[in-house]
Amino acid sequence: MSEKKIVLDARGITKQFPGVLANDLVDFDLREGEVHALLGENGAGKSTLMNVLYGLYKADSGEVKVNGENLILSSPRDAIYKGIGMVHQHFMLVPVFSVTENIMLGAETDHRATPNESPLVKLDRKEVAQKVKSLSQQYGLEVEPAAIVGDLPVGVQQRVEIVKALYRNANILILDEPTAVLTPQEADDLFRIVHELTTRGVSIVFITHKLKEVLAIADRITVMRGGKVVGTTTPQETDEHQLAAMMVGRDVILTVEKEVAHPADDVLLVEKLRVRDVRDIETVRGVSFTVRAGEILGIAGVQGNGQTELAEALTGLRRIEGGTIQLAEKNLTGKTPRIFTESGLAHIPEDRQRHGLVLGYTVADNMVLCDYYKAPFGVNGVLQQKALDENSRRLIQEYDVRTPSPYVSAGKLSGGNQQKVIVARELSRANVKLVVANQPTRGLDVGSIEYIHKEIIAMRDRGVAVLLISAELDEVMALSDRIAVMYHGEIVTTVDAKSVTREQLGLWMAGSKVQQPAA
Amino acid sequence: MDWRRFSFIGLIIVILFGVVVLIGGEQVSPLIIISSMLATTITVATPLTLGALSGIFCERAGVVNIGIEGMMLAAAFFGWLASIYMNTIFEFNAAISLTVGVVMAIVSGGIFALLHAWLSIAFKVDQIIGGTVINILAVGITGFLNRQLFFEKGSIFGGNVPHAPGLLPSLSKSLTFLCGGEQGCFGLPDLISGSVFDQKPVAISAIVLVAVSHYVLFNTRWGLRTRAVGEHPKAADTVGINVNRMRYINVVIGGMFAGLAGAYFTLESVPSFEPLMTNGRGFISLAAMIFGNWTPFGAWAAALVFGASQALQINLQFFRESIPPNWAFLQQSYVVGLAPYILTMLILTGIIGKTTPPAADGQPYEK
Amino acid sequence: MQSAEEKQAPQGWKRIGRAIMDAALVPVLAIFSAIIVGGVVIAVVGGNPFAAYLGLIQGAYGSTKAWSETFVWATPYIFAGLAVALAFKGGLFNIGAEGQLAFGAVATAWVGYALPGMLGVELPAILHIPLAIGAGMLAGFLWAAIPGALRAYAGGSEVINTIMMNYIALNITSFLLNGPMKDNNPLNVIARTPEIAEGARIPVIFDGLRVHWGFPLALIVAFLVWYLLWKTTFGFEIRTVGANPDAAKYAGINYKRVIVLTMALSGLLAGLAGAVEVTGLNYRHELGFSIGYGYDAIAIALLGRTHPLGVVLASILFAGMRNGATRMQFLTQIPVDIISVIQALILLFVAADAIVRYIYRIKAKEDRLVLTRGWGG
Repeated sequence: MSEKKIVLDARGITKQFPGVLANDLVDFDLREGEVHALLGENGAGKSTLMNVLYGLYKADSGEVKVNGENLILSSPRDAIYKGIGMVHQHFMLVPVFSVTENIMLGAETDHRATPNESPLVKLDRKEVAQKVKSLSQQYGLEVEPAAIVGDLPVGVQQRVEIVKALYRNANILILDEPTAVLTPQEADDLFRIVHELTTRGVSIVFITHKLKEVLAIADRITVMRGGKVVGTTTPQETDEHQLAAMMVGRDVILTVEKEVAHPADDVLLVEKLRVRDVRDIETVRGVSFTVRAGEILGIAGVQGNGQTELAEALTGLRRIEGGTIQLAEKNLTGKTPRIFTESGLAHIPEDRQRHGLVLGYTVADNMVLCDYYKAPFGVNGVLQQKALDENSRRLIQEYDVRTPSPYVSAGKLSGGNQQKVIVARELSRANVKLVVANQPTRGLDVGSIEYIHKEIIAMRDRGVAVLLISAELDEVMALSDRIAVMYHGEIVTTVDAKSVTREQLGLWMAGSKVQQPAA
Repeated sequence: MDWRRFSFIGLIIVILFGVVVLIGGEQVSPLIIISSMLATTITVATPLTLGALSGIFCERAGVVNIGIEGMMLAAAFFGWLASIYMNTIFEFNAAISLTVGVVMAIVSGGIFALLHAWLSIAFKVDQIIGGTVINILAVGITGFLNRQLFFEKGSIFGGNVPHAPGLLPSLSKSLTFLCGGEQGCFGLPDLISGSVFDQKPVAISAIVLVAVSHYVLFNTRWGLRTRAVGEHPKAADTVGINVNRMRYINVVIGGMFAGLAGAYFTLESVPSFEPLMTNGRGFISLAAMIFGNWTPFGAWAAALVFGASQALQINLQFFRESIPPNWAFLQQSYVVGLAPYILTMLILTGIIGKTTPPAADGQPYEK
Repeated sequence: MQSAEEKQAPQGWKRIGRAIMDAALVPVLAIFSAIIVGGVVIAVVGGNPFAAYLGLIQGAYGSTKAWSETFVWATPYIFAGLAVALAFKGGLFNIGAEGQLAFGAVATAWVGYALPGMLGVELPAILHIPLAIGAGMLAGFLWAAIPGALRAYAGGSEVINTIMMNYIALNITSFLLNGPMKDNNPLNVIARTPEIAEGARIPVIFDGLRVHWGFPLALIVAFLVWYLLWKTTFGFEIRTVGANPDAAKYAGINYKRVIVLTMALSGLLAGLAGAVEVTGLNYRHELGFSIGYGYDAIAIALLGRTHPLGVVLASILFAGMRNGATRMQFLTQIPVDIISVIQALILLFVAADAIVRYIYRIKAKEDRLVLTRGWGG
């Protein structure tokens, strides 16, 4: 393996953003036909490094060699020209364009013998579609050239991205967190494609924070932490625990410690719930389940199978088409978010910056976002500044929010501390009977994740019902007492968390029918 | 643009025409009324069509342009000013002066648009505020210069406001020639084809530009890239397209369209300038753009609706006496004059279904 | 560690003082820059910028009478500027102050001149003035509630709708002032209402000066708007809807109702501007009076950084410019319209605060103001 030629070689890459040193003298190389995994936590600097290699960011210092040639990459154009392709974590596809249009964008006349640089050159949609078709057949990447990208499932969109890179003759392919949006089965399919590509001489950088994937697919593994390279190893020489320690910088507890649950009465009763999404498509299709006091029900499922709409419906944010919602023996069907809150709901929303916080408000104001109108915060329509101050000081202490003062705007806090503000506000409310936590730890550092997991379990142990929705299967499995699997807007099955395997859940998440009786 | 929109547009135009035919039909043959209405509709829709195209180029590239009104106003003034200077100071003949005037209008529209692009792209100013600044600036500058140059003691024209050296000529002769001589066009009665095609250069070029814009936006490299930049700028960036450069150029192109619309006011419609003379046409253009779902032909159709409602006001004046007494409110030009504005509001409520702006419309691009 | 950091963060008055300094820095530099550019424009058209500005300052602030006139000009500016600022706080762009002001003025004028006749009695001032002003406020409130409701319930952009409603208001007031409400005095040829009754007029503060009690009223209303926005729960709702509508929904705020009410209150303030002009200054409404106020109000709200105190200061500045311009024109023959150019430049520099920051090398400290939100389609 080591005889293979080095196709990409980055030395001493340094990139500073306001307040963060995202890359600090990073070295990274890639050999022909290998899969080199780049492993690290959120914010470790993986994406920054790749954006530098792809010419999207300009490094402050350091050098990049492609096929032995020194390069100054000042725009993606240069990178593309040198055969570097990148599949971004959030796909770089125009949803309203067809597959063909997306692939030809920026390379409109590359299929012609003599490229034409005129801006007014006519688009040869047919010819390009033909070429896309043959390319996709050649690599076993099925795509329909005339389809509108926005209508395609994410797995197919990812294939379009790969074809797009191959169309530009990429022989170095950077895949940024490619499995984040895939089912385990779709991910397997991706691994097959990756393997296929490497046998044809394509070299691949595989960015991820998932340990299992790295061990399954990589030839070499480089771990980053805090903007620095911690070390490079191979799957043969290492294991999950060692990688985790490298990634986080200390031994991490991969499992969450919790006592046996003592579930009591039903708190949330959902029956035949149907909800439509923003595009007016029914994405929650007759869902029924219950959550009992003192237990955590986890909803497992690949993103986009109706979890978002389910959570919004259960918190009064989205109109429901049918079915009923009952919280603590009160029928809340069709009620407003305020009535849900007053009936004992605490909601940790999926998108903390969009729903959970007003970033321009102070921490103190954000901590009364849902309760500002009630005593002691609002008396006769007048805000009581003193009560706001006391409340925020108390919660900042209790929930260990790292902020210079209660008057700092929430936008200035780190992601973990922003989430703690939300958690503090929601879980500290008197009379909480149900917690709906949607993706409560997405994008957070390990410390914050552990903290929030602890708080959620503490709520359960206090006899509160908890509904946990997460796309991270590990998180669902670690926290939940029971797990409901959601697929295509329906709950496929509900099982006891202790008696189910990861593989089995993965199959259900991918839509396979339930064989065994539900618990 | 779906069929529902086009048929709604057709319906409104038929109703507006019908009102005039009903009222004036006893005095004048309906055919004449219809042809006159049609001709006026096309004429008064001109600035709206061009304004909507201006908006389409800006917003397809992701820059909201509410400053079209101001760009039109400034262009109307500077185009007019240039033609007067060419004619009275440099003593060129009317044809050359008018041509220079039109060019000047287009250029000044482009310059104001460049300012808007600079604010929105380089300084990431809130684009609606930026557009409002353009509008206020245009009102201020044109008002000041108009006063300073023409009305003040000691100014060049010393209080005698000159007219532009005539107006742009009608192109009807050359057009009827194009479609087969004097027997009328396409077998239509001469009456209709004659007056309908009796249009002036800016009006004709507006229609041509609708077709050209459609082709450019949907069938060329430039169009594909422009739309990509407005929908998903980051995606465009990752395939090596310079997002901000695309936006700058498209906004300036948009400004030049608005500039041509400005030329309509002072060089094609009337030969004089008045402060605030654009009278909200720039804003109505935006409504036409929205209703036309950011497509050139859709926007043109919407512009024709507004044109028709203005044509109603103009044509009703001829038949004031024959308005039946219980419709007396139609005698008030103030009342009939409300039509385009109310139509705009109705259309924006989305009663005929909603349209979708480009996804990145109004958002500055940050890497 | 936390307490040590907290000590560094300034407290109480010091904190407020620093906030004011930060907020005022950009507007002050913007004014400064605009004055310089405006001076260049004056020089280019052949005037003496120093003489012009001296005349301007004399005319605006050079004597008791000048101050009185400046306050007279400032009164409607404060109301209209507050109207736009309040809407901005709620995430709404009200370009319709002009139309709301016109309707307010028409309604006030009608109550002012026609109500005694209809009731058949002279009303005492204590009743007539509040009734007249109240009518103007109500008219502005209702007129602005329309675009508010269209925005909240039909998704129609308030930006274009308020502009359209300016033209509609202009047409309707033209109709009224040329027809049913026209001053029937045989000598009158212009479109205006009759004079309002003596009892409906706001008295002047000092004999011989035109400044009337509408100015103190404007200051009180500015305080009330500040109190509403920052000290009440409804103000919290307005600001939350403005800053993050999704979070407002999440927080259980009835955001549609808040949008309609914010817009309507904004219209109420603009209507108040018209009402006070009629009852305090002109004693009638005249066609064309309202034109231009909408844009001036936007400029004032932005220059005042959408804060009531800022609006009051910006109004006094703009009023001084309008007022002093006449003396400037008298002294230097520079037309008063130069003021519009300078005001547009001020607005340009305030809106594009990045330009000012770039020129004067100031780092951004506070969070950017979020003002508008696209087409909302």
